[in-house]
Amino acid sequence: MSEIKQISLFVENKPGRMAKVSKTLSDAGVNIRAMTIAEAGDFGVIRMVVDNPEKGYKVLHDNGFTVSTTDVLAVEMKDTPGGLYEIVDTLGSNKINVDYAYAFVTAKAQRAMLILRVDDIVKAKQALTAKGVKIATKEEIQKI
Amino acid sequence: MSGYWDPSIERMPFDELRSLQEDRLKSIVRYVYDHSNFYRQRFKEAGVGPDDIKQMDDLTKLPFTRKVDLRNTYPTGMFSLPVSRVVRYHVSSGTTGKPTVVGYTKDDIETWSESLARALTSIGLGRSDVIQVSYGYGLFTGGLGLHYGAEKIGATVLPTGVGNTERQIELMQDLGTTAIACTPSYFMHMVEVAEKMGVRIRNDTKLKAGIFGAEPWSLETRKRIEDATGINAYDIYGTSEISGPLFTECPQKNGIHIWADMFLTEVIDPKTGEQVGDGETGELVFTTLNKFALPLIRYRIGDLSVLDSEPCECGRTHPRIMRILGRTDDMLIIRGINVFPSQVESVLMKIPEVGDHYQIVVGREGPLDVMTVRVEVTEKGFSDKIGDLMSLKKKVAKELKSVLNISAGVELVEPGTIPRSMGKAQRVIDNRKV
Repeated sequence: MSEIKQISLFVENKPGRMAKVSKTLSDAGVNIRAMTIAEAGDFGVIRMVVDNPEKGYKVLHDNGFTVSTTDVLAVEMKDTPGGLYEIVDTLGSNKINVDYAYAFVTAKAQRAMLILRVDDIVKAKQALTAKGVKIATKEEIQKI
Repeated sequence: MSGYWDPSIERMPFDELRSLQEDRLKSIVRYVYDHSNFYRQRFKEAGVGPDDIKQMDDLTKLPFTRKVDLRNTYPTGMFSLPVSRVVRYHVSSGTTGKPTVVGYTKDDIETWSESLARALTSIGLGRSDVIQVSYGYGLFTGGLGLHYGAEKIGATVLPTGVGNTERQIELMQDLGTTAIACTPSYFMHMVEVAEKMGVRIRNDTKLKAGIFGAEPWSLETRKRIEDATGINAYDIYGTSEISGPLFTECPQKNGIHIWADMFLTEVIDPKTGEQVGDGETGELVFTTLNKFALPLIRYRIGDLSVLDSEPCECGRTHPRIMRILGRTDDMLIIRGINVFPSQVESVLMKIPEVGDHYQIVVGREGPLDVMTVRVEVTEKGFSDKIGDLMSLKKKVAKELKSVLNISAGVELVEPGTIPRSMGKAQRVIDNRKV
């Protein structure tokens, strides 16, 4: 299966919360691959892709955070103009909605990685694969 | 199925009970007049004496007493007996003002224990039970009160007191606790700690009953506790002035039985002081009928409730008070509207996405009162979509508005950030007071 388990956390919008999250993961030896914060006034949601999602979930949960995991797609994107367009156009023309997305660039590969949460993950995978877009596996994310 | 501790009293026909009350009322009025300078003076001021109290209806001729009287006569000015006859003091925490001192003769302690023996028996507890008393021991009446009541029915008492929660849970398992007495908020904290230790109350302990009180709690909280742990949660009532915790619900869970041979209960309109009828909300007023170190006549206790004198299905003839709405002291006035923390609680506990603990923060923006309710987001209720969290906020605000009739802000906070209490929970932070 090529779904990636993203970790999401509920956090209050106040100093030191992000530090507590990253310290908890770092103490457990969990490496963050990509991360984004969605804020909504007095609270926010941290979403991240880590090398070991099971362990990441466990240490955060055990430390009292409100945490959940979500299936997302990690899609390889050409790091050139039009790279994002190719992907979102494919999804749009297949009537697949993107709930949210965030990107990061890997050091080794000359490629950017786009993390996507969509309303129909199976259909999205089929459509993108048919277009020749490469979807990263769990193992690949772990190895970056 | 559960029996009676003293069926002859508990099932006494209503008329007999009333005439017993009348006799005891007459003699306690004479007793305080003879023994207490405070009452003699108070009665004289009101132009009433023991001879004026000939029947139950004459009760209303007597003046009210209040907490402020206990404060003004601090420490023992309202006592009817000298210290040589007093075997114990308890002292209130003094959170709402100067502390108050209460005292007991040996017989008073016996009557208090008797009251709880009836109550504990009514909820099916007896010799084979292990009752963990997790109320504070010491100056607070909760710990020692329950302790004596539990011993009286021959149960095994585990006097853990408050705090050291992990040890409490270990002992609960090792010694097979079947019933626990504490504040509902402390029990919810205990369940939380147990889960972290990998202990599920339902499967890993013998706990079957909880006796929860010392703070107002809602029916919705009862449902939450019972659903989460599989125990029966009973409400217990009493304050230090009338001895301490004294009365509980019976298995009907439809009101708390007030032992009428020990206490005369009135419900009054707090504004006019007039008695209100059964079924109407008002302030509870108690007259102690067989308490001798510190008898209280028409004592306005400050708690709001509803009286039901109809016979109960359990067979007991003693009147019931419905769940305490709150203390008149606890009532918040927000933009001119009365709000009880227990109303907020009843709304929150129906929403599964929010946790067991909450806090009400009241402040002022310009001339306007603003109320914010802080709730913890449970993992069950957590969606990683911001839109879902915003909807949760709106849902809580809408439910609050529909019950309270005022708008309240809602703040979603991380689990564990609202302070947990071991004793009485501090639910309200009122920043309006200077």
